[in-house]
Parts: sequence; structure tokens; C-alpha cells
Amino acid sequence: MTELTLIQGVNQALREAMKADPDVVLLGEDIGVNGGVFRATEGLLKEFGEDRVMDTPLNESGIVGTAVGMALYGLKPVAEIQFLDFIYPAFDQIVSELAKLRYRSGGQFPCHVVLRAPYGGGIKGGLYHSQSTEQLFASIPGLKVVVPSTPADAKGLLLSSIFDEDPVLFLEPKRIYRSLPGEVPDGDHRVPLGTARVAREGSDVSVFAYGAMVPVAQQACQGLDAQGIHAELIDLRSLVPLDEAALLRSVEKTGRAVIVHEAPRFCGYGAEIAALLAEKALYSLKAPVVRVTGYDTPFPYALEHLYLPSVDRVSRAIERTVRAA
Amino acid sequence: MASSPPGEPGDVLPLPYDADSLARRVGPAWKETLLTIYRGMLLGRILDQRLLGLQRQGRVGFYGPAMGQEATNAAVAAALGKEDWVFPGLREQLVALLRGHPLPVYLAQLFGNEKDPARGRQMPCHPTAREVGYVSMSSVIGNQIPQAVGTAWALRRKGVAAIALACFGDGATSSGDFHAGLNFAGVLRVPVLFLLTNNQWAISLPASRQSAVATLAEKARAYGFSGSRVDGTDPVAVFCAVRDAREALLKGEGPRLLEAVFYRMAPHSSSDDPTRYQPPGWGEEARLHDPLGRLEPLLEKLGLVPGPARDRLREEIETEVRQAIQATEPLPPPGPESLFEDTYRHPFPPLTEERDRFDTEQGGHFP
Amino acid sequence: MARPSGPPRESPLSVQAVPVTSGRAPEGLTAADRKRMLRVMLLSRALDERGMTLQRQGRIGFYVPVEGQEGAQVGCAVALDPKDWLCPGYRETAVALSRGIPLRQLLSQLYGDRADLCQGRQMPNHFAFREFRFVSASSPIGTQIPHAVGLALAARLKGEKVVSVAFFGDGATSSNDFHSGMNFAGVYRAPVIFFCQNNQWAISLPRSKQTRSETLAQKAEAYGFSGLQVDGNDVEAVYAAVKEARARAIAGGGPTLIEAVTYRMGPHTTSDDPRRYRSAEELALWKSRDPVERLKETLVREHALTEEEFDQFLEAARAEVAAAIQEVEPLPPPDPGTLFDDVFARRTPQLEEQRAAFLAELPGSGGRKE
Ligand SMILES: Cc1ncc(C[n+]2csc(CCOP(=O)(O)OP(=O)(O)O)c2C)c(N)n1
Ligand SMILES: Cc1ncc(C[n+]2csc(CCOP(=O)(O)OP(=O)(O)O)c2C)c(N)n1
Ligand SMILES: [Mg+2]
Ligand SMILES: [Mg+2]
Repeated sequence: MTELTLIQGVNQALREAMKADPDVVLLGEDIGVNGGVFRATEGLLKEFGEDRVMDTPLNESGIVGTAVGMALYGLKPVAEIQFLDFIYPAFDQIVSELAKLRYRSGGQFPCHVVLRAPYGGGIKGGLYHSQSTEQLFASIPGLKVVVPSTPADAKGLLLSSIFDEDPVLFLEPKRIYRSLPGEVPDGDHRVPLGTARVAREGSDVSVFAYGAMVPVAQQACQGLDAQGIHAELIDLRSLVPLDEAALLRSVEKTGRAVIVHEAPRFCGYGAEIAALLAEKALYSLKAPVVRVTGYDTPFPYALEHLYLPSVDRVSRAIERTVRAA
Repeated sequence: MASSPPGEPGDVLPLPYDADSLARRVGPAWKETLLTIYRGMLLGRILDQRLLGLQRQGRVGFYGPAMGQEATNAAVAAALGKEDWVFPGLREQLVALLRGHPLPVYLAQLFGNEKDPARGRQMPCHPTAREVGYVSMSSVIGNQIPQAVGTAWALRRKGVAAIALACFGDGATSSGDFHAGLNFAGVLRVPVLFLLTNNQWAISLPASRQSAVATLAEKARAYGFSGSRVDGTDPVAVFCAVRDAREALLKGEGPRLLEAVFYRMAPHSSSDDPTRYQPPGWGEEARLHDPLGRLEPLLEKLGLVPGPARDRLREEIETEVRQAIQATEPLPPPGPESLFEDTYRHPFPPLTEERDRFDTEQGGHFP
Repeated sequence: MARPSGPPRESPLSVQAVPVTSGRAPEGLTAADRKRMLRVMLLSRALDERGMTLQRQGRIGFYVPVEGQEGAQVGCAVALDPKDWLCPGYRETAVALSRGIPLRQLLSQLYGDRADLCQGRQMPNHFAFREFRFVSASSPIGTQIPHAVGLALAARLKGEKVVSVAFFGDGATSSNDFHSGMNFAGVYRAPVIFFCQNNQWAISLPRSKQTRSETLAQKAEAYGFSGLQVDGNDVEAVYAAVKEARARAIAGGGPTLIEAVTYRMGPHTTSDDPRRYRSAEELALWKSRDPVERLKETLVREHALTEEEFDQFLEAARAEVAAAIQEVEPLPPPDPGTLFDDVFARRTPQLEEQRAAFLAELPGSGGRKE
């Protein structure tokens, strides 16, 4: 065990994977000499050389398309998209190619690429360095979507993603890249994809969150203990596959659910969870499902602190849910 | 439709070769090479004619002919190595066949039935043939171009003496992925050959309005490597150009762009009506450049395939095609469970639940 | 025409040699004009000085310096007509100043305050000034390039004798939108100028690794029109090149790509540390080609400017920036309710509902800053 930040967890996972398997190669903008604009790839160029840590020209479609070609040949490319906000030039390669190659070729051309992308708000990044658009990707069959919220999970989930057999979009909550260090197991630590984490046990209400909303929700839950409200917090960790069983188990116990995410509410990932609860846990519910989300506007700069779900907003929503009926 | 029947020489432009020049350019095995290419071209033409017919009869849902591109396709197939990878554009199905992809399997893709390795998931003319290094194609223009660069990079990293061939049309040169792919290739200096199949049309848009550049081949300069043009209706020229480019690539000389120019002699696809946009003289002009029409008189002159031999060969191929169609067409569609397979390596809920209740949801019709 | 002074053509560093200029003397640029240009360049530099420190002091959130590229930006902007459309990136502050956009407005955007025309919605340096035909800048690289083509076509359709200019960097030449924009401009012979500031770096990627093309200018040939390289630190050369391109566009001669070869003397942004990827020698070399110094030297040599006058200009620029900061800094942040405006022309029922709930909850969460 070593105490690391989330970004160090990412860095360690990359290093472990590259040491374990010569087929793991990295590509992206500014990931070589500069070690990545967030330093996720710090030191890797020196350790593994230019052939495995490639600085690419400025073109995301080129990055993903090239990674697809490498993967078709059997390499395990891990591509960095500097910010999730800049992934859209590659959307076509992701939607039309990466996620579909296995299916359209009848399994002959599986295409295992990991796309890492810092995402989410809270760093004063304005419209283009803050967005959470996980829902766009979670709705594409063939693609997995993973979001760690702790340093240990960052390492464990990334290693599992790299050695998975399907393409994975690995979203890194950059707001907590450095702010919340934690113990990380040494060596080849893996966390299976598709397993949620019970971040906190409770009996009165289930709170579902992921990424940088986990610590926000955690704080809200802790604050409510004093009022006798015992909230259970589930960190989804993996949006696709979703650990349905863990969610249903929790709601069957508590009868109440609050979903927290940064992305806008309309057609957000929370809608999927609400639908799941309506389909499979309706009779356990004692109160309407509540969502605490970003607003249905583009992401602002100056008013960012009012846009993102805050501890207060989450607390109020939990209270409201518990007090309802 | 502006295709000339195979073997009708008409007033086509002759190919400027004799035995000496062929031996010099193609090499000592020039006769075999030429015959292989010719047989391939004929197969392509006959398949196109048969399958367009089947489409009209409603027996296949869609068809995308490659008439006019036969010389390029067959010569490319002859010039490539076994270990090379082909990233097709829209009309290189013949390359897969000539690399050894079995005709019945190809036809199974067109019929979308259970013998299709891709389980009938794609539109007709989108074969996947991993066994011959032929990558699954998508309908989205240009996407394969950076992918070929990635594979070329992997080939080099693994020390395999082979190249990646990225095929795409004149229309694709406007796509973002053309720009991305060629730029990455230039920077990475990987063994990728960009084969631009310029059939002078992107559906209804003539190549002259696709870009203001004088020749599309020049675009390579913007990425720091060389581009050249070749007469895509001349199989000898295409064969030599691809062979030479391939050799240079294997020596590590960096990527190249080869523009093969020919005439699209058929509609864009079975869904298209070119009379809406092609000028009246187009069909006539295209006929002068019919690659089969150009090659056959030469073969005759060289005494390689005299008239009767040509008829026999055509009959032989027609029989082969007919038998393959007969064997493939009646096959049942892929099993319904295949709908859910290959989305992920190992499916998980809710996909598995959707699969499990599929039968009931569909009214319990499936065995 | 002033030839590029400074070190010899061949440099041992990973940067390109000093490029050729178009070689034609700019017509109609008097000494007074050039002094005005110098003052704008100094104003930009003074703003950079303060912008960088304001960010370090936590008074603004972020800053993108222009330092080193003032010659390219001012030379280009001055050669244009005030009615020409500008499609900037995030580094076009000196272009904005040249156009006469008030310093206060730029600062309000940097602060994201109530006087910011964009209501604090964007990161600093992402300006938008419709009145000045200075189109809203965004962060994604290259997106403005096809916009400029669309604007140019629209202007032509409306019979306006104006051009549009797309501003972008060496890195942006790799983007899909560069390809699309250039290709469309070639096909439609749009009256557009593609103004590429090759500042040698795209964050940490040197120009040599961005593309194997020998020059960026030659990329224009792939689209059927001409491109030229110009010494971007020679403000007059840039002016001449843009004038020429503009005249050609207006006359129906189609687009031009101008590669202004220059250098980003500062960090990419306040979030960047250039020492990680480039050498002190390289920086020193380019500092010796500083466009401000170059223009100053020319003017002094021609006896059009004295050292004292230059110092006065610099002081005046600094004072102007300081005064504007004083004026703007106390302004309050945008009204919270504006969060829900301008998503659509009119707020949807969902947005109305969210806005009402938001405003009702404000006393609790409003004062909170992360
Ligand atoms: C990205 C994309 N846009 C549009 C289409 C529709 N489309 C299919 S083929 C085609 C023209 C392609 O022309 P070209 O690249 O010259 O290939 P050709 O059909 O001539 O072989 C178009 C526009 C598409 N498949 N993909
Ligand atoms: C599509 C996209 N990808 C990545 C980024 C991250 N990024 C911001 S600036 C930059 C480099 C831009 O270089 P260049 O075009 O040369 O402009 P310069 O900053 O040098 O003025 C990168 C990679 C981005 N903003 N947009
Ligand atoms: Mg075409
Ligand atoms: Mg740059």
C-alpha cells in the first residue's frame, strides 16, 4: 500500500501495464516530453521510449483511428484525449468503428482500445474544460464506460480496462486528480469492471454517484448523520456495465433513491437509473426518485459553483426524499 | 447503365504493351501475372453483372458495383503480399476474393445468411475476411484511413515485413480522416500505401468539384511525402506502381499516396440513378476506358487468351458464380441469438436479459 | 521592405529557419501608422504582463499570453477593413486590441464579471464582440476555420466587399476542421484569409512533429490555392502579405493561406511550464527576434522614434492597463439567474422550472465558492 493521488493511481496503472505487456502502447497529445497536461504519463516516455509513448499531431480522430488500427493488429493501445471536451472530432471513430468492429465483423476484428479522458467540472474550466457527457457514450452498445472516484480504483479499474477485451472509455474526474489522496495497493491491483462500491452503508436512503460527485455526496451523507438520517452511498464506478444487482439490493433495503451527477439532467445517466428502479424496484420505493444534477444549460465559467451539485444541494435532496411520506 | 459487355473491344484505347515491354516491366512471370489479373477482372465484371441482376430481382437487398475498377482491384491483389493488410473503401470486395476469400462466403454476406462470418449484420458488399488480412469495412467514408496507419505502425513494431493498404475514393479525400491519416502517416513514417481509387464521382459530385486541387495525388505533399497518379484502367501500370511502392515502403521510405484514375461505369449503387447528374457523353467516354475492353485485345494480340479461350474462361467463371449462388442463396438467416452476440466479448445485463426474453417478446416464434 | 534581422537563417535548434517575406513594401504605412501599431503591440504586452500576474495572484482564473506574436497579430489586423469578419482562437488578444475593442471589455471578460458581454460563461481570453465582427472564440482547436469560410460565402452572397479571417496555430493545421475549411474555401473560392500563426509549438509538440510537410504554407496547394510564408515577427511584412491576400479575395481571386512564422515567448497558458519541453537557448534566440524590438529598432533607425518616446509609450500602455483593471476589478459577478439565459432563444419550460428552483435555493448555496 502506498498513499497516492488519483492521477498517480492512473500513472501507476499505466506503468504496471506497460511493464507487464509490451503490447501496451500510449498515444495522445503532449503525453511524451510533457508527461501529459495533467501529468498522467509523467516519466513514462523516459522509461518506455518514444515507440511506446507517442506524442501525436493535434487530431483526435487520428488518435482514435490509429489506435483502432493498432488494436486490430493485436496491440493494446491506451489513448489519451486531453480533455473529454475535445473528443468530438473522434466521435465518428468511436461510434462507428471502435464500438462496432467486433459486432460487424462477427467477432473477427475485436478492437480493444482504452480511451482515457479527464472530464467534469470544478476546475474553473468553462464550457470546454468541464463537461460531463458520459451519457452520450454510455448509450453506445459495444463501448464500456468506467469512472473511478478514488486513487485505488483509478489504478484498479484502469488496469482492468487495459486488460479487458472490449473498448473502454475511462473517464477521469480531474477535479479530484490531486485533492483526495488515498491508499493504493502496490503491484497488479485490479478492480473488476461492472462492480459498484458501497462507499458508505446506511439504511434510510440510497445515494448513487460516480466520479467527482462521490466525495460531494459522501460529505452530504456524513452531514446528515447528526440529524439521524443514515444514507447509503453507492459509487457506481462503472456506468457500462452497470452493477444493477448492487443498486437494486440497496434500494430494496432503503426504499429511497437519490442520484447525483454533474451532467445535465435531461437524458442524463440518472434517467437510466431512475428507469431501472421504476422497472425493477418500484414496489420497494417509498418515495419518488430524486436527481441532483447539473442544469440543462452549457457549462458556465463564472457561475460554475452554482451549476455543479453542491454538498448543500445534495443534502437537501436527501432530506426531502427521506421526509417524503 | 454505361457498362460495355465483357470482351467487346469496340473502339477502346489500346494498352501500349508488347511482350518485351511486359517482360521488362512486370518481370519474367509476366504471362502468369497478366492471366491472373485478367481472370480476376473477369470475375469482378461477371459478379457485378449477376449481382446487380439479383438485386433487381429482389434477391439481394443492395449492391455496389465496381465496374471500371476491375483492373485496379485485380492488379492490386496481384501486387500485394500475403501478410499485407487491406483496409477497403467501398469497392474493393474483389481484392478480398482474389486474396483467397471463398466466393460462397462472400455471397453469404450479400445474402446475409448463416454462412456469413459477420452473421448478416452489415449491408451487402461489406465483407469481412480476417483470414486474408481484409479488414471489416464500414459505410462511413474515410474511417479506415487512420486505422491503416495504426496497423502499419503495429506491423513495423512487430517487425513484420508487410504493409497496410488503405483504399478510399476521391470523395474520401475531403474527409477529416483522410487529413488525420495522411498527416499521422507522414509524421510516423509507417509502411502504409494510400490507394486513392478516383472513379471521378462521389455519388453525384464530380471529382473536379470535390477539391480545387489540380490532381488529388498532389495532396500528399501537404503531409511531406510523395503522391503519384496511375491509369487505373491499365492493370500493368497499376501492378507495377503498387509493387514498386510496396518495395519502397518495406525499405522504410515512409508512406506514399497512389491515385488510380478510372471511370465509374455503373451507378454509385443499386439505389442510384446516374442519369440525374452525369453528362450525356459520360457513358461513351467511360466505355473507351473500359479496363476489360482495353486488356482483351492485348491478350489476344499476345496470343495469351484468344477468342475461344476467352469464351471458355468466361463460361467457367459464370458457372462458378452460378453454383456459388445456388449453394448459398437458400441458406437460412443467422440464428436470432446472434443478434446479441459480439456486442461485447462477454455480454452482461441488461443485454443478457434482453436476449433471454427476446423469444417471448417476439411472440415465441423461434425454436 | 525590411529584411528579417537577427540571427542567421540556419538554426541548430528544433525550429524552422527564418522565413522569407513576400518581399513587397507595404503601401501606405506611414511612420505614424507604424507608431500606432507599435503602441497597440505595447498595450498587448502590458496586458500580458498584468494578466499573467493577476492569474498568479488568484485575481483571474486563467490567462493566455500573446507575447512574441504581437507583430503577426497587429500586422494582420491593421491590414484589414473594420468590416471584415474575424474568427479568432483563444490567443488573439492583440487582434482584439488592434480592432479597437476597449480594454475594459477585454478585462471584464477576463474577470468574468457582470459587464462581460458573455456573462462570464467562458474561460478568460475567449472573447466575443459582435459589434466588432470579432466572432466568439472557443477552446476546441480548429472549429473556427470552417466558420470563416461560411461567413465569407455569406458576405459574398450579400454582395458585401469584405473578407473573413480565420486565426489559428500550427497545431490547428492538423485538425479535421482545417482540412474541411481549406477544402471548402478552395472549391467555392471563398473570400477568406487563413491566418496561421506558426509559433513553433502546440503546447509541447514542436512544429517539426506536427506534420512532415516542409512548410505549413504549402498545405494550401492541396486545396488548389496559394499559401505563403511570412516573417511573423516583421509587422510590416505581415501587413503587406495580408493586404495582398485581402485584395485578391475581394477581387474574386479566392482564398490565401498565410503562415506567419513567429514564436510563443511565454508559456502556452498559465497552466503550462514550457521548461519541460523547450530549451533556454531556443527562447533566447527568439527573444532576439522580438517583434516589438524589431519595430522599435526600425523606427529608431528611421528617426521616427526616440528611446524616450518608446519608454513613454510603454509606460502609457502600462498605465492604461492598470487604470482599466482598477475600474473593472470591483465589478460583481454575473447575476446568477443569467445561468439559464441564452441556452435557447427563449427558456424552455424545463429551464424555467430549474431556474425557479435554483433561485429559491440560492440563499443556501449562493455564497458558496469551491
Ligand atoms: C461520412 C459519410 N458521409 C456520407 C456518406 C454517403 N456516401 C456514401 S458513398 C459516398 C460517395 C463516396 O465517394 P468516393 O469516396 O469517391 O467513393 P466511390 O463511391 O466513388 O467509390 C457518399 C457521400 C457516407 N457513407 N459517409
Ligand atoms: C480539439 C482539441 N484538441 C486538443 C486541445 C488541447 N489544446 C489546447 S491548445 C493546444 C495546442 C494548440 O496549438 P496551436 O494550434 O499551435 O496554437 P497555439 O496554442 O500555439 O497558439 C491543444 C492541444 C484543444 N483545445 N482542442
Ligand atoms: Mg469516387
Ligand atoms: Mg502553436
